[in-house]
Amino acid sequence: MGETIQSVERAAAILRLLASGPRLLGVAELARAMGLPKGTLHGILRTLVHVGFVEQDQATGKYRLGATLLHLGSTYLDVNELRTRSINWADALAGRSRESAWIGTLHEGNVLVIHHVFRPDDSMQTLQVGTYLPAHASALGKVLLAHDPYGEPVAPPLEPHTEHTTVEPEALEAELGEVRARGWASEMEELVEGEVAVAAPIKDRRGVVVGAIGIRGAVERLAPDRVLNMEYVSYVRDAARAITRDLAR
Amino acid sequence: MPRAHYVAAIDQGTTSSRCILFDEGGNIVSVGQREHRQIFPRPGWVEHDAEEIWENVRGVLREAVSGAGIADGQVAALGITNQRETTVLWDRATGRPVCPAVVWQDTRTDALTKALAEHESLFREKAGLPLATYFSGPKIRWLLDAYGLRERAERGEVLFGTMDSWLLWNLTGRHVTDVTNASRTMLMNIHTLAWDDELLDALGVPRAMLPEIRSSAEVYGRTAEGVQVASALGDQQAALFGQTCFEPGEAKSTYGSGSFLLMNTGTQPVASKHGLLTTVGYQIGDGPATYALEGAIAVTGSLVQWLRDNLGLISSAAEIETLARTVDDNGGCYFVPAFSGLFAPHWRSDARGVIAGLTGFVTKGHIARAVLEATAWQTREVVDAMNADSGLDLTTLRADGGMTANHLLMQTLADVLAVPVIRPMVSETTALGAAYAAGLATGYWPDLDSLRANWHKAAEWQPAIDEAAREREHRNWKKAVARTLDWVEQ
Repeated sequence: MGETIQSVERAAAILRLLASGPRLLGVAELARAMGLPKGTLHGILRTLVHVGFVEQDQATGKYRLGATLLHLGSTYLDVNELRTRSINWADALAGRSRESAWIGTLHEGNVLVIHHVFRPDDSMQTLQVGTYLPAHASALGKVLLAHDPYGEPVAPPLEPHTEHTTVEPEALEAELGEVRARGWASEMEELVEGEVAVAAPIKDRRGVVVGAIGIRGAVERLAPDRVLNMEYVSYVRDAARAITRDLAR
Repeated sequence: MPRAHYVAAIDQGTTSSRCILFDEGGNIVSVGQREHRQIFPRPGWVEHDAEEIWENVRGVLREAVSGAGIADGQVAALGITNQRETTVLWDRATGRPVCPAVVWQDTRTDALTKALAEHESLFREKAGLPLATYFSGPKIRWLLDAYGLRERAERGEVLFGTMDSWLLWNLTGRHVTDVTNASRTMLMNIHTLAWDDELLDALGVPRAMLPEIRSSAEVYGRTAEGVQVASALGDQQAALFGQTCFEPGEAKSTYGSGSFLLMNTGTQPVASKHGLLTTVGYQIGDGPATYALEGAIAVTGSLVQWLRDNLGLISSAAEIETLARTVDDNGGCYFVPAFSGLFAPHWRSDARGVIAGLTGFVTKGHIARAVLEATAWQTREVVDAMNADSGLDLTTLRADGGMTANHLLMQTLADVLAVPVIRPMVSETTALGAAYAAGLATGYWPDLDSLRANWHKAAEWQPAIDEAAREREHRNWKKAVARTLDWVEQ
């Protein structure tokens, strides 16, 4: 093992002590437990309070673990939770647009379908929850790639699904920039001939994109003469905003 | 262009009050929601503060209407659906509650209902209900005795109402209830749809305190803002209506804290031989009442909450699916949540919950599976009873309620019932049903067919296990159920 940083080790030891039981600890107790002078601990504690990992009780002046630290391990939004919180708005989206509604999250470079509402025409349809869509060739995927917090560049080769699929990484990057700027994505027969999709981002309370919601349907309905009907875009963005508002509560 | 009009539904539930605005297509436009306190003064007692609930209802109404930028004039009608049986007593002169509201789950009337055993067949025949602590009649009796209110009730100074009645009183100033809510009191004769002297005498409830029984869909009055209040339905009946189960044999199952299967049985009440209860489904204006058979399962979604709150195995109810999917099956583990006895079709108050089949192999993932399967098997028991009573075979299950977001549960239901399970487009069928009834009463929607045209399939799950596996699991479930019996020493 190489060189370690003493103050980081001491900070870790303080966190471990604070996590060891339900009671609050004062500087004197921490100093005794760690065999260090109180002055040394003060600086570390002040820093830990500053980043939110530790909180100081107003009344007693003692310390406990901070809320920020407690939330660190559970910040990702469970996909089943996302579905539960979105279900009413996805239904309303399918109802208004008369098209099937979809919610997806990014999973190892692909879009995992976590929710699917049938097109409301009572035709034979199969539930697609749990299936994957290619990120570069779907509206959901473009939204998710455009807001991917890790921001990795799109890696070729991009598989062509139809003659319209974007296969040039530079062209896709340019489109993702546009998606980021305008707040929604479309896909014109890039996955399946004759089908068009629109999607918009769902954000959590911190503003992080945790999923995408959209619709897909026949090109004749959504984009006659391959020109997207903007009414569908507004339905999708309304639904995305409603879920985002809900997640912020 | 004229401004759009909407129908508002107040869904006054056990844990929260909500207001949902629907458009003509039955789509949700806006939602307001507020939770209220659950008061547990003693084990088995559950109370609500009726004034707090009324404040919340006013608040959610504002949130869903003006909060969403909609003018009062754009609300064509307001409907009410409510937690059933919860009993409110208030002072006619001041309009203020005279005691806490006793919630349907409250079991303080246990001894009282046992003492009524001699009248059991009377209640079965006239009220269509078994003797159970759920229903309002014994709760009224208990409150009159405990708070010394009998004389004032006899003089009509203290009034009774279920939540619909309490809200209608506050919204319109009238003391009325709807026939579906009245059918849950043990005081209404389900054949005549009127308060019954024999039932009133058996329970010792004075007639002077009771509301007028009206249909489920008519204009009861107007709010202070001038909005027509035009429907009231118990929550499960509202869901039946919202699922457009207008034909005999059509059934729905709503998955909330508890779960409720209701099957439309037409204009004649069907007496159950298999532990179900007979209830009024709905009555539109002057039309005949439509009846339903009902099977209640006390603990379904609340078992998931129990896993979250009492065991801390999950941090949100939705995570049960994530946890359950960490394993492929139940690992031999079965969970029968008979927390306050077994309800339909067993009706065994001496039963208590068990987790059976535990071995060193069982993990929390297996327990999560067993929790979801418990909801499915309890549904199966009620469906079997319903098929036997009605002589009809359920061919699809129309499921709604919050738990329909759980895909693993929906798949398990299809597997266990061996029929397709369908989720309708609007899973908020309870509020939708109240909106539909209010919209029908005011002409916002012309007829039942226009409502049926709004019903669409949002998702469908097909059975995916073979008969041998289903039989094996059913056998194990029954063994686990047998182990819950005779626990409480009477």
